[in-house]
Amino acid sequence: MSTPIDRNEVERLLAEDAQLVEVLPAEEYADEHLPRAINIPLKELGEETTRQLDVRRPVIVYCYDYQ
Amino acid sequence: MSPRAAARLESLGFTKVYDYVAGKADWGSSGLPLEGDDPSEHRAGAHARTDAPICRLGERLAEVRVRVEQAGWDTCLVVDDCGVVLGRLGRSALRREEDVSAEEAMTPGPSTVRPSARLEQMVERMRDQNLTSLPVTMSDGRLVGVLLRKDAEAGLERSGRRTKPGKRMG
Repeated sequence: MSTPIDRNEVERLLAEDAQLVEVLPAEEYADEHLPRAINIPLKELGEETTRQLDVRRPVIVYCYDYQ
Repeated sequence: MSPRAAARLESLGFTKVYDYVAGKADWGSSGLPLEGDDPSEHRAGAHARTDAPICRLGERLAEVRVRVEQAGWDTCLVVDDCGVVLGRLGRSALRREEDVSAEEAMTPGPSTVRPSARLEQMVERMRDQNLTSLPVTMSDGRLVGVLLRKDAEAGLERSGRRTKPGKRMG
């Protein structure tokens, strides 16, 4: 079960080298995204696309808001 | 959407998965930078004036008026101890001569916008509603600053962006 976190915790985890993934479609990511975030849209999330992530490090996912 | 993404990552073997549930709307609302083709400088937060006068509910209107005028403003936001916007004293409220408190004179619950609001939309809104300013607040209601229409229009001009065609100018 993933852990829900707030903004402060995001900043703390990023300082500890967490990976940040925006799961919105590519156009929305192109418009704006958090610094250091990569884009893997939810519909494309799979073995192939997640190879760029380090399974040993924390991963933070986010979208626009509570949707 | 992000809870499903988090669950999918876990199914793929990731064990340290965190879900920033409030997402980039929350990040932008807090004034933190965003990157991309439509970045922070095209948003209300980047142009909000943070020196806008504020007062508390119990302050006397006459004292607030002096302070507001000395600061060169014609509006004042009424906030609580945490900076949450409770009301607004506009030009007509500030002109009242009676010995009343800010609470009695204010318009409660004024409309606010988030720092992440797009500048072109804010200009459109202020033109359509004939507003000269809009309070900018975080998602929890705390005041960030006040977006003046002239600043928003100047920012839009500098960005080379436009409001929707057909909208009234000026």
